[in-house]
Amino acid sequence: MAKVELTVNGRKVAREVEGRMLLAHFLREELELTGTHIGCDTSQCGACVVHVDGKAVKSCTMLAAQASGTEVTTIEGLSTGADLHPVQRAFNTHHGLQCGFCTTGMIMASVDIINRYGGALDEATVRAELEGNICRCTGYHNIVKAVLDANAEMHGQTQAAE
Amino acid sequence: MYETNYHRPSTVEEAVALLSANPDAKPLAGGQTLIPTMKQRLAAPSDLVDLRHIEALRGIKLEGRRIIIGAATTHAEVAGSEALQSACPGLASLAAHIGDPHVRHMGTLGGSVANNDPAADYPSAMLALDATIHTSTRDIKADDYFTGLFETALDEGEIIVAVSFEAPEKAAYAKFANPASLYAMAGVFVARHGAGVRVAVTGAGSDGVFRQGDMEAALSANWSPAALDSVTVSADDLMDDLHASAAYRASLIKTMAKRAVAAA
Repeated sequence: MAKVELTVNGRKVAREVEGRMLLAHFLREELELTGTHIGCDTSQCGACVVHVDGKAVKSCTMLAAQASGTEVTTIEGLSTGADLHPVQRAFNTHHGLQCGFCTTGMIMASVDIINRYGGALDEATVRAELEGNICRCTGYHNIVKAVLDANAEMHGQTQAAE
Repeated sequence: MYETNYHRPSTVEEAVALLSANPDAKPLAGGQTLIPTMKQRLAAPSDLVDLRHIEALRGIKLEGRRIIIGAATTHAEVAGSEALQSACPGLASLAAHIGDPHVRHMGTLGGSVANNDPAADYPSAMLALDATIHTSTRDIKADDYFTGLFETALDEGEIIVAVSFEAPEKAAYAKFANPASLYAMAGVFVARHGAGVRVAVTGAGSDGVFRQGDMEAALSANWSPAALDSVTVSADDLMDDLHASAAYRASLIKTMAKRAVAAA
C-alpha cells in the first residue's frame, strides 16, 4: 500500500491505496471525479489527460503514488462557479464534440497548449500538438477551431488586463 | 497490473540499495513504457523505485563545450532547454518530436536510453554524438553501451545518472514515424565533430540502433546530402514487418540521412 497525499482542484486529499493504482482510477474511484475518462487504457487516446503541477499528462499512465505531493487539476477544477472556462465555452460554441467522450481530455490538452504557446498559435501547431488526443467521431476540424478561438480570447483577455 | 510496492528515494545510493535489496524490483523513470507494459502484465516488478525525485539525476549543464544531461530530464525539458537549442539544436528537436506532448512531460532521456527500444529516438543521438553514459558505478561509451534489442551494458541494480557529450559543430535528426505508434520506422542522427562524422540509425536495424559506416565515410569526405547519393544501403539485417519491408526501410534510411544533413 502507498500513502498518497496531493491537492486536487485546490482540495487537499490523502488516501492509502495500492501501489499499482493508476492516477486515473484514483481520481474516478477514490475521489469520484468521473470527468476524467479512460478510453483506450493503452496510453494512446488522451481521454484521461489531467494537469499535474500545471503540465498535461495521461493519468492512465501515471501511478497515484507518483502523483503524491503534486497539484492536480481535472476538468472539474477548470472553472469555478457557473461560468465555463474559455476553452469549454469555445468547444460549445464551435460544436467541438460529437459523442463527447474524448472532450474532457481534449479540453485539458488544449488548455495546456494555449498556456505553453502564450498566444502564438496557428492551425498547424494546434493539429501537431493534439497528436496525443484521439477523437473517434473524427471531429477535429471543429476542435481546432475551438482551440484557436479560445486562444484568441484568452490572449485578448491577457492583453486587456495589462 | 499486478500489485507492486512503490518507493521514492532521494539519492542514487538509496535507489541502488532498494534495487539490490529486491531482486524483482525495477527502476521507474517517466513510466511511459514501463507502466503500459505492466498494465498488459508483460512486466510484474515486485517493487518500483521512482527515480524522478533524485536531485543528482536532474538538469542540463554546459561545462565548456561538454553538455551534461541528467537521466531524469524529461523530453519536454530537453526540447525546451535554451542551452541545448543553442549548443545542440538537433537534440532539442529530436526530443520535441518524441511521442506526444503528454508523453514528453513524463518520459525521460535516461528511461529511453535504459530501455533501448529498437525504434526509440534517443539511442541514435547517443551513438552519433559519441556520448558517454554515466551510471551509478562507471562511465560507458555509447559504442559499448547499446548491445541489442532492449539490451544494454547496464548490470542489474545499475542506474543511469547522466549522459554527456561534446557539443557538435553540426548535428540533426530526421525520422519517418509510424503514423499510429509515432515510433521511428527509420530515424537517422548525423553529427560532425571536426573531421569526424558519425551517423546512427534507429527504428530499422533488426539488432537495434547501429552506425552506418559507409555514410560516415562519404560525409567525412563531403558534408552534403549529395554525398550520400553514391552510398548503397543494404537491406540485410534490417527489420521486415507489417509496417515496412526491409527494402523500404533501407530506402528510408538514405532519405532520412539526407534530410538530417540538410537540416544540420
